[in-house]
Amino acid sequence: MAWGLIAAFAVVAAILFGSRGLRDFDPALVSYAGATVFAAFGLGYRYAMWLRRPPTRVYWFRGWEIFFNPKRLPSNIAHLTRIFWNNFFLQRFIERRSRMRWTAHWFLAWGCILAAAVTFPLSFGWVRFETARDSLNVYRAFMFGIPVGSFHLGTPIAELTFNILDISAVMVLIGVFFAMWRRGRDHGAMTVQQFSTDLLPLILLFAISITGLFLTASTHLMNGLHYGFLSQIHAVTVILTLLYLPFGKFFHIFQRPAQLGIDFYKQAGAEGPQAPCIRCGEAYTSRLHVDDLKAVQRALGIHYQMADGSHYQDVCPRCRRKNLALTQDGLWKAMSERGIN
Amino acid sequence: MSERMFFIDHSRCIGCESCVQACAECDTHRGTSMIHLEVIQRSESVQTTPQVCMHCEDPICARVCPADAIKKTPDGVVQSSLKPRCIGCSNCVMSCPFGVPKYQAAIDQMMKCDMCYDRSSIGKKPMCATVCPSGALTFATMEEIQRTRRGIPINSWKFGGEEVRTKVYVMVPRTIERVDVELVQVTATPAPLPEDPYDVALMLEETI
Repeated sequence: MAWGLIAAFAVVAAILFGSRGLRDFDPALVSYAGATVFAAFGLGYRYAMWLRRPPTRVYWFRGWEIFFNPKRLPSNIAHLTRIFWNNFFLQRFIERRSRMRWTAHWFLAWGCILAAAVTFPLSFGWVRFETARDSLNVYRAFMFGIPVGSFHLGTPIAELTFNILDISAVMVLIGVFFAMWRRGRDHGAMTVQQFSTDLLPLILLFAISITGLFLTASTHLMNGLHYGFLSQIHAVTVILTLLYLPFGKFFHIFQRPAQLGIDFYKQAGAEGPQAPCIRCGEAYTSRLHVDDLKAVQRALGIHYQMADGSHYQDVCPRCRRKNLALTQDGLWKAMSERGIN
Repeated sequence: MSERMFFIDHSRCIGCESCVQACAECDTHRGTSMIHLEVIQRSESVQTTPQVCMHCEDPICARVCPADAIKKTPDGVVQSSLKPRCIGCSNCVMSCPFGVPKYQAAIDQMMKCDMCYDRSSIGKKPMCATVCPSGALTFATMEEIQRTRRGIPINSWKFGGEEVRTKVYVMVPRTIERVDVELVQVTATPAPLPEDPYDVALMLEETI
């Protein structure tokens, strides 16, 4: 609860500070800002709950410890840049799962990121636009109250600025189309998908995007017909999504960066001593990993200590599988030796 | 008819690898075989063994997952890690007492046997149990297995101090109530050679 409140207060403070004491805050967007504060509370709360799990806590702190190790920091930063490009920007690991899945996810992710990069600063009052005092054809942009540029109406930069949310909406719709196509045809996906975790997020993103495009259509094609009603509908879809953000599938946006930490963890483990299997003698993972796993298991109450003093965690997965068969064999052998079936 | 369940009898495996090939046909992990087929110790024995997920009642793989990415369906089938959540740490791979989960480095995700959930969730047999010619992997009712096999199916295990109960059963002698797993090594017992190994007539005589 405390971390949720801290996150919510941090967003409120950022709004107050960034909008220069609400001077640049647009009251028309207050419902968006309010929903964002609630989402921040939910995210802070859920993230703190997630970090309370022993395995999460161990690897979260271990990941940072390895990353900030002074000896490794320069190479870690270089490696971070590389994996950020491959895993975050290009999302190559999803492409290797399937091209269809990657297309859907890439358009959804970057459409959402683009939209978030515009709407959050706008609704927080960090960014605002105004017409120049000496010309109605010139727009001036301010960030945190500081003028950061101006552009003439009708120029490509103006078109891009005014339509960037339309562009992001189209990107999201492309992603939704591919995702729904896959989810409607892939038997594997259809078997395990659930409405609340797999379909509802797509429906919410579709609703936001399509109602956002309706606003543009109303302005440019229908002389503003029903604009007020449509803007309310759009606000409702955005607010519902913000409220859903901490509790549904979208939480992976905040959880997933842990993958980068694991990358450093694996690298550090591979460079350190390896753990040999006590049955076959072959190294099967890093000593760091085995020791951390034992600590996690202790915290979770998993008791792998064997009667002879050895530890089952020190047996490699392959030997565990072989050992099961040999154990079953041994049971039958013991019975046959005693003449019992 | 009562519910069909999964039964393993490791000792029946003939190492034909039908299960390995068929497993990759499953829609939920299409193209990737999730079953393990181990050769115990080729130099000493021809024994092979298949290993599918045992679908623990309280899966250790899920407990040690830092991303909370491993979930169990209401009917007790432990699924592959959730793609949006799995961070590829391999905790599950290293902690599973049965050595089941597989880390797929190319896609940075753990995948595992899900009992061919596209099939078993609608009452069909998992692919491996469909093709296994020796009955090492069987999907049948408890009555069918008790009627046709010697021994009994049990689903209680102990690894060190850790007790585990599973959805999948293993065939053991009737007096056994729980499989207590200890480390077992294959001990080679050299076969007695005939006095003259090149004397075929003598060898046949000794065999008879």
